[in-house]
Amino acid sequence: MFPRLVYESFRRQTRRKLLAGIAITLGVAVATAMIAVATDIGDKINRELRSYGANLVVTPQEDTLDVEIGGINLKPPSDGAFLNEADLPKIRGTFWHHNIVGFSPMLPVTVKVATGAGLQDVTLLGTYFNKKLSFGKEEFSTGVRITHPWWKVAGSCGAGDAVACGWPDDESQDVLVGERLAAKLGKHAGDSIEVGGREFSISGILSTGGVEDDQIVAPLGVAQQILGKPGAVRRVYVSALTKPPDALSTRDPKTMTPEVYDRWYCSPYVESIAYQLQEAIPHSHAEQIRQVAQNEGTVLARIKGLMLLVSLAALLAAALAVSAAMATAIYERRLEVGLMKALGAGNFAVAAIFFAEAFILAVIGGIAGFTGGALLAHQIGRSIFNSQISIQPVLFPIILAIAVFVTFAGSAAAIRRAVKFDPVFALRGEG
Amino acid sequence: MSTTVAALRTAGEVAERRAKAPHTSMFVRMLVRAAMLRRGRAASALLAMIVAAAVATAMMNLYVDVQAKLRNEFRNYGANVVIVAKDGQALPAGAMQRIESAVALKTVAVPFAYAVARTSDGQSVVVVGTDFARARQLNHWWSVTHWPEAGANSGQALVGMRAAAVVTASRRPFDLTFQGKTIHLTPVGLLQTGAGEDSRIYLDQTEFESWTGIAPSTVELAVNGTPEEIEKSIQQLVAALPAADVRPVRQIMEGEANVLDKTRATLYASATLVVLTSALCVLATLIGWVFDRRRDFAIMKALGARERLVNGFFAAEAAALGVVGAIIGFLIGVGVAAWIGRVNFHAPVVPRFSVFPYVLAGSVAVALISAVLPIGLLRRVQPAIILRGE
Repeated sequence: MFPRLVYESFRRQTRRKLLAGIAITLGVAVATAMIAVATDIGDKINRELRSYGANLVVTPQEDTLDVEIGGINLKPPSDGAFLNEADLPKIRGTFWHHNIVGFSPMLPVTVKVATGAGLQDVTLLGTYFNKKLSFGKEEFSTGVRITHPWWKVAGSCGAGDAVACGWPDDESQDVLVGERLAAKLGKHAGDSIEVGGREFSISGILSTGGVEDDQIVAPLGVAQQILGKPGAVRRVYVSALTKPPDALSTRDPKTMTPEVYDRWYCSPYVESIAYQLQEAIPHSHAEQIRQVAQNEGTVLARIKGLMLLVSLAALLAAALAVSAAMATAIYERRLEVGLMKALGAGNFAVAAIFFAEAFILAVIGGIAGFTGGALLAHQIGRSIFNSQISIQPVLFPIILAIAVFVTFAGSAAAIRRAVKFDPVFALRGEG
Repeated sequence: MSTTVAALRTAGEVAERRAKAPHTSMFVRMLVRAAMLRRGRAASALLAMIVAAAVATAMMNLYVDVQAKLRNEFRNYGANVVIVAKDGQALPAGAMQRIESAVALKTVAVPFAYAVARTSDGQSVVVVGTDFARARQLNHWWSVTHWPEAGANSGQALVGMRAAAVVTASRRPFDLTFQGKTIHLTPVGLLQTGAGEDSRIYLDQTEFESWTGIAPSTVELAVNGTPEEIEKSIQQLVAALPAADVRPVRQIMEGEANVLDKTRATLYASATLVVLTSALCVLATLIGWVFDRRRDFAIMKALGARERLVNGFFAAEAAALGVVGAIIGFLIGVGVAAWIGRVNFHAPVVPRFSVFPYVLAGSVAVALISAVLPIGLLRRVQPAIILRGE
């Protein structure tokens, strides 16, 4: 009898069930989408924060002091120590290599450039633009186009890659000229420039808003030739996804117990990534660039906190909406309750029927809502972040449990009232 | 006999009382009584309405306010505009005053003057003169063991981590020479940034100038506001200082724009989603409510009420529900937004009363739609059929 009552109730009162079911489905869909977005937003915003550029810098351990004002190096260029270019692919072999978005080596050299008023000292910066490298069997490409996304190049477009307009090839002898320097020299993309007695063709004009606007930027090999030190690199900028700092991150690894050390080493703190870079590259010193590294933690924490609180508010709203819909659906059925009780049903039997119906509604609504929410989250991820928002399968039973719980909680008060209702009044239609 | 008299008297009293009572139309009385007698149903419909209105209010408040709050956070990244004197000259005297009068009050402007000095063993080191109080405000990320006191001739210096290893490995006072003039400095604090600052020594500007005679050549500014406001500030600065280069720091500006855009879009998507869901749930609840009262509808029609009156009655009921729900929901929503602001940004979100009309209009519209929809369906049904309970 019990299953038949429930089954018939669904068959005959489709409209009422539909309304409550829609409310549950919508509530669960929004809850799923919000939870998925809130749990994934940290990762997404972390990637967006990489547009601030590198957060780590690797320098030679025994380096002399930089003597540099406004991007002009006053130190003899061959002075001090260098890193070895051949060691750089080892960055891909560190523990957190998946978190390393990219790296760019830098080698500044001072060169003479002919201007209208004679020869002038100009910094020529050697770097990777989008260099193809390999570590073991893994092939990857890296360079300033990844680590310095705010660098813009104006130049003629080749036939193939539209994004690569004006960017020189890493194996070529083409250079970029900073926009202020180009304006001073009267050079344009496609012209050639004489640097230290050699002609280089200008593939594009570089605009960065920083000191590079007064410099020449060339493939690393060109700078090494000019300096006469093959394989030399002055410093390496590394852009890595990191975890916001906490109490553990700032501790000195030398004072840690082995267990704490393991935990520290295996967390993507900016400090532990710096430590691993130092291990990977011989005779190097890696340090966080505090302007970028310290601030991304706070910004990340704020945005994550915001989304968490917004999802909490959304969950609460969804729960209340489901409750209101359930209460309405049950209140409509006083007559039925009266009839059942007049026929001898106990309070428990009546409540059991309502809870069974609520359970079925919650499960159906929960499954439909979870699917809808997953699609929504996917859509949000694709349209805003151009990447997937992954929904962990472990979320499904949790969401389902929440749906059942909220539906029960929303129905409980209404069921209690319906059960207490005097059947006489209900049947006489005086409810 | 006596009971009839009593009844007559009572009837008379009732008539008298009714005559004295303020005249309320049948329409209003029906509205009020309908809400009073079915308190439970009206309350659950109202609850749904309030939740929807509260969520909508909180989301709109946050959406507007969070951008300003996040912009404040982004200012911790430091300068977004740099003013540099042309070709190695110094900025003209009084440049700082002109800069400060050209930009808004909250802007932090920090002057920097540079010189290359020699240590006692002949090494070159960059020495910078600045205003410590302002630099501290601008560059939150500088890790400084102890800030030197402002004021001239204290001999206090802030020494970069790498410079310290060269000039004063044992943290003792040291001498620097610039064009034959020697200064005696005490390293009171160590500076670590991971960038070029680590190789430099920082002094108070007045002390630096009396030693080297070099005036500031660079001013770094953290201009607050939207990209348009910053662009306007830059134009004002260009007009105020024609002799210098005013450059936006693209690294900071573009990073901020990027992250802010994504956050705003996510918040917008979430807000739309949540508001839409609440509205649909209200719709579902209210439709159920109105549908359930088809007997009222049938009785009214059976008693001879015109279609317009019945429609008007249900519409007025829905509108009243929408208005009450919107007012209560608005107050709760403002509270929720303020709470989120306090918990997450440690600053309250200022209530924006300008969103109230939108919340009100939305609530009433949703309520009206949910009243009109079922009535349209019921109109086709004969009252007799409804009253017979079929």
